[in-house]
Amino acid sequence: MAAPSAVLQSEWTKVRSVRSTVWTLGSALLVTVILSGLLCLLTNAQWDNFGESDRAGFDPTSSSFSGLLLGQLALIVFGVLVVSSEYSTGMIRTSLAAVPQRGTFYASKVAVIGALALVVGMATAFLSFFVGQALLGDHSTSITDHGVLRAVVGAGLYMTLTVLFSAGIAMMLRSPMLGLGILMPFFFLISPILAAVPGAKNVARYFPDRAGSKIMQVVSINDDRPYGPWAGLGIMLLWVAAALIGGYVVLKKRDA
Amino acid sequence: MIELQALTKRYGGKTAVDHLTFSVRPGVVTGFLGPNGAGKSTTMRMILGLDNPTSGDVTIDGKHYAQLSDPFTYIGALLDAKAMHGGRSAYNHLLCLAQANRIPRRRVDEVLETVGLTAVAKQRSKGFSLGMGQRLGIAGALLGDPKILMFDEPVNGLDPEGIHWIRNLMKDLAAQGRTVFVSSHLMSEMALTAEHLVVIGRGRLLADTSMADFIEQNSRSYIRVRTPQPEQMRDALTVAGLTPVTVGDGSIEIQDADPAKIGELAAQNHLVLHELSPQRASLEEAFMRLTAESVEYHAGVPGVSGVPAPSDQPAPEQQPAWGANWQQQKQKKGQS
Repeated sequence: MAAPSAVLQSEWTKVRSVRSTVWTLGSALLVTVILSGLLCLLTNAQWDNFGESDRAGFDPTSSSFSGLLLGQLALIVFGVLVVSSEYSTGMIRTSLAAVPQRGTFYASKVAVIGALALVVGMATAFLSFFVGQALLGDHSTSITDHGVLRAVVGAGLYMTLTVLFSAGIAMMLRSPMLGLGILMPFFFLISPILAAVPGAKNVARYFPDRAGSKIMQVVSINDDRPYGPWAGLGIMLLWVAAALIGGYVVLKKRDA
Repeated sequence: MIELQALTKRYGGKTAVDHLTFSVRPGVVTGFLGPNGAGKSTTMRMILGLDNPTSGDVTIDGKHYAQLSDPFTYIGALLDAKAMHGGRSAYNHLLCLAQANRIPRRRVDEVLETVGLTAVAKQRSKGFSLGMGQRLGIAGALLGDPKILMFDEPVNGLDPEGIHWIRNLMKDLAAQGRTVFVSSHLMSEMALTAEHLVVIGRGRLLADTSMADFIEQNSRSYIRVRTPQPEQMRDALTVAGLTPVTVGDGSIEIQDADPAKIGELAAQNHLVLHELSPQRASLEEAFMRLTAESVEYHAGVPGVSGVPAPSDQPAPEQQPAWGANWQQQKQKKGQS
């Protein structure tokens, strides 16, 4: 059997030796931090124009993650490309010849992607939080306030899970075009739109991104999601597990 | 040693590989021959565990591919030159393969040197020519210093220099006592490199024989004579106890004869010769006849089975090429 540590090392070499890794993860960090910062700056400047209920429901913590809506698209691209490029380039045949134990191969790949996403996700979360709070001025919150640290750490976990969800879906679809073509509109359009439609709302709040993002919230006055922050993350975790298991089944069953 | 036992692969209703049973013995180059679409690549993918057989079994030194620990140290394979991520440098491509099989890093430099890619090791393989990609694929196969090597159509699309290099490499590898299993759809290519021959067509085994036997069975030599006096020539040959055969273009072919004798015979009878040449029918012809019924896609050549010749053109005369019925002859021999 292939030694798991050897395969982990090999997968790490694969991830670090292609440019798309730096590009996608780098832009996820930059887009999230810069966009969140700008929105915090704008909020601070426009504070006097906000209505009473807006002010009461204002959540400085989640405001500093508002750029994530766009930033997460780069994370999806990373998760999809790192898996499906094996198929689109034909590398998968060489990879599986090198590591014929498909479970070991897949677990190592997922572990390396997850670890890298966790590091980048946490860095993005903390950077985005501190930059955002600095720009919010008088309306900022502190990391030591109740629930704030949980929300920041949660944002890092949310980003990690988004990457893993994308990787699992990509493993099932085996094509970068198909993977991106389904995941991008889902995260960017379908899920946010359905969440705003009265009838679909009750279903949409169990989607992975809606459920998972609950953990980034500290002030929940205007929120009607019927679960707490950790339960929300748990729901997202179930989605991720389903996607990863689906990917494993496809990898195990189908010819490379 | 690679052993196949009734190996079968079906895609829907189509059988790509049909109860294939043979073994690839160590220390020689075994040629795996068949027309395009015969199932060669599918067979090789099943050997590597990339495709699951529908039924049957294939083992390497008695084990399934997935049971090998660090498989690249047992068997190295080049399946297709572009089975790599173009965005990764040649060095990193080989490094990730080496790491997965616990092969020391210095081997990466060694195999890059062997295939002559040291100068471009840091370049991304996207920009490589087909020949360079092929070399990188071969470097990957050599990485674990394996006892068995498998190449799928290694000379496809290469320039003469590259073809020459691969031929010599395969011979060297076999000379070092390794098992070399190489597929091709070109008989002429195999004749130069392989000692043993496995021929398949439409997924079925057509021949499993040594190259020497195949050549002996399939390429009998004959003498071709051209003369403006064919009648007299034929008579003279018949008198001398030979069996002349007149072929389509008016030349005479004589089996199992000595050209010197025929020349002397012509001189004695004062016959003018325009040609007197020893001939050897090509192995390519023998191969084509062997696989004729199993060829997946026939080209629409006028006069060839099933394709009617256009009426304004005379159909080419059917030449009774020798050895045409060798399969039947072989069967008869087997029965007697």
